[in-house]
Amino acid sequence: MVNELLVLDQKKVDQARDLARAIAQNVQREIELNTTVSIERTAARLYGIDGVDRFGVPLPNVVVDQVLEAGGLDRGISYWLANAVVALGKTPQAVAEACGEGLNLCSLPPQDPEKWAAVEREYVPKALDAIFEQRKKREAAKERLGVGSEPLKYVIVATGNIFADVEQAKTAARHGADVIAVIRTTGQSLLDYVPYGTTTEGVGGTYATQANFKVMRQALDEVSEEVGRYIQLVNYCSGLCMPEIAAMGALERLDMMLNDAMYGILFRDINMDRTFADQYFSRMINAYAGIIINTGEDNYLTTADAYEEAHTVLASNFINEQLGLAAGLENWQLGLGHAFEMDPKLKNGFLYEVAVAQTIRQIFPQAPLKYMPPTKHMTGDIFMGHVQNAMFNLASVITGQSIHLLGMLTEAIHTPHVADRVLSLENARYVMENARDLGSEISFKRDGIIQKRSEEIVDRVVEFLQEIKQLGLQGAISAGYFADIKRPRLGGRGRDGVIKKGLDYSNPFLTELKKRLGLGE
Amino acid sequence: MAANGNLIRPYGSTPGDGQVQVSFTLPIKAGARAREAAKQLAGKMGLSDVQVVHMKDLHGFTYFILYGSVVHAVDLDRIPQVEEEELALSFDQINGLIEQELGRQIVVVGACTGTDAHTVGLDAIMNMKGYGGEYGLERYPMFDTYNLGSQVPNEVLLAKAREVGADAVLVSQVVTERNAHLKNLTELIEMAEAEGLRQDLIIIAGGPRIDQFLATELGFDAGFGPGTTPRQVAAYLAQEMVRRL
Repeated sequence: MVNELLVLDQKKVDQARDLARAIAQNVQREIELNTTVSIERTAARLYGIDGVDRFGVPLPNVVVDQVLEAGGLDRGISYWLANAVVALGKTPQAVAEACGEGLNLCSLPPQDPEKWAAVEREYVPKALDAIFEQRKKREAAKERLGVGSEPLKYVIVATGNIFADVEQAKTAARHGADVIAVIRTTGQSLLDYVPYGTTTEGVGGTYATQANFKVMRQALDEVSEEVGRYIQLVNYCSGLCMPEIAAMGALERLDMMLNDAMYGILFRDINMDRTFADQYFSRMINAYAGIIINTGEDNYLTTADAYEEAHTVLASNFINEQLGLAAGLENWQLGLGHAFEMDPKLKNGFLYEVAVAQTIRQIFPQAPLKYMPPTKHMTGDIFMGHVQNAMFNLASVITGQSIHLLGMLTEAIHTPHVADRVLSLENARYVMENARDLGSEISFKRDGIIQKRSEEIVDRVVEFLQEIKQLGLQGAISAGYFADIKRPRLGGRGRDGVIKKGLDYSNPFLTELKKRLGLGE
Repeated sequence: MAANGNLIRPYGSTPGDGQVQVSFTLPIKAGARAREAAKQLAGKMGLSDVQVVHMKDLHGFTYFILYGSVVHAVDLDRIPQVEEEELALSFDQINGLIEQELGRQIVVVGACTGTDAHTVGLDAIMNMKGYGGEYGLERYPMFDTYNLGSQVPNEVLLAKAREVGADAVLVSQVVTERNAHLKNLTELIEMAEAEGLRQDLIIIAGGPRIDQFLATELGFDAGFGPGTTPRQVAAYLAQEMVRRL
């Protein structure tokens, strides 16, 4: 139930949404033209292919790279795998292992189309059914145990060692955390493969691997029973392996994924065609798996100014919403992001912050909004930082945010110590419980600072989206419309992993997902 | 105890009282034994008259806040002076100085090197918008800047510096663990020396764990810690360029 603290001009909001839809549709047309190595590796994974060859190369990479080199990837990996399954009478996993020993998929004779199509008909529903099973399991657990009350308290663990992460995560859950994110090791987003197995060495975070997902989900299942609420697990469906991580997370019952349509382009300098194609398939998987995505607009304000650029965050929320809906996500799955990054020295900064947070809340009433804590203006003065976080907690509870990433007093100093996290949870509990129903008790002056600020942002977002529609989203990104960062269309990492689909291209997982998600052709 | 000569110790509410606050977590559950363990640890840290003012059980861990009087002092005379405060020049004065003395733009290349993906600090110094109400280097007409962004290998940074004829290289290291930043920063200096670029470049480092001492020890010309504004960096670069004329 959203409190209507602000008076919004619904016509302008509708206009902004229509503009964003048109922008997203233009991107969507381009998305349909390409596939990527990571999309194809995801198809390989959904065939059940896992593990590494004797050089440690993940088998999904082995099969996809081989077909890419032979020039056959524009047909899609599925055909080549299904063809090999028929030709050799082996499982996809055994085929992939044979590839690791030197088998060349493209040199096998073409088999009867009816036969390899039958292989696809066998494996595709099996994989998607397994994902749906996990979704049902999550829904049952949430139903039985309940989740915390919103704003959900979201904390990060990042020791580098999955087994140490487990201990920190359990401690955090026992102190009131509702959502645990395992930060990835620095630099993983730029790896064009997903590492294999459990890992104990990471820098600034822990490798996202399927085995690590499993270890953490199991630990959280245990602690969920102990604390009597379902503790949700988050990882990063971003970077060069976006859809693969989605598949792994869907199979291991992650509950949320950081999954933004533009983050990788802007902040990791990943090629835009690559990211747009990857985000689409990854979001379809997340949609079907019942996963809540978190978008990354908060990051804009780490480079751009929170007061000047607030409308760019809202504009990106609109675009992420439309691209998300186009991939089959439902409104309850769209954890649109924003952040409390107003300069603490700004007079009435808190009012401006509340204005933005409440505007976003009212514009996306069904979305589980993700609210991010101060980072840019955290100085190393931990005492001041603790106060800034308290103000953030207050803004969040007043404006009814959904997913609340707790600020750490030691932000910008180190990955949180176990006590930092507990101090932060206590801060949030105190502020949120003490001000629990403040949002339903107040209203803002019709001609006051907060209402005026909200109107200004909505006006600016309409103008801004009009300009983006003119330029096209790709053109706007190239021109530095978001986060003050310019990324050229043909630049960025991972561009050589974008392949134009051939006329005979097929990805039966994508086709079946479209069907199950009710997405039209 | 009053400070003796140039010996100094922490100042709580009276000169020389040595009062400090310490907080830490021990991996045991809370209780009388944990409290005593914390006290003894504080004693070994050089604190006397220790008071455990807060003890909280964190499920198998215990968090403490303590106060005590530190028994040590440091002799200021044994700490060398370093130049860390540049003249407080304004935006216009900095541009004016460069124009007058150098007669050309100062070329600056900046990057977050190694695996560090956090560009907050670098952007604060380099981007148009700047930080703390002060414009970044991009905004200065007398600076020509190249912000290479995050996760830039040292060799790429140096290649760019060579390509654009840089006068200065800015390296930011924000989030690092197990002292990866030290290795990375040392490597940059070694590479610059090996490539014969070192003497032609002003190389400076910035980040929450960087300070002037550390930076100069690692072979950098200067280091800038948390809270640094773009103007401080700009003033340093302008004055250092002039000194090198």
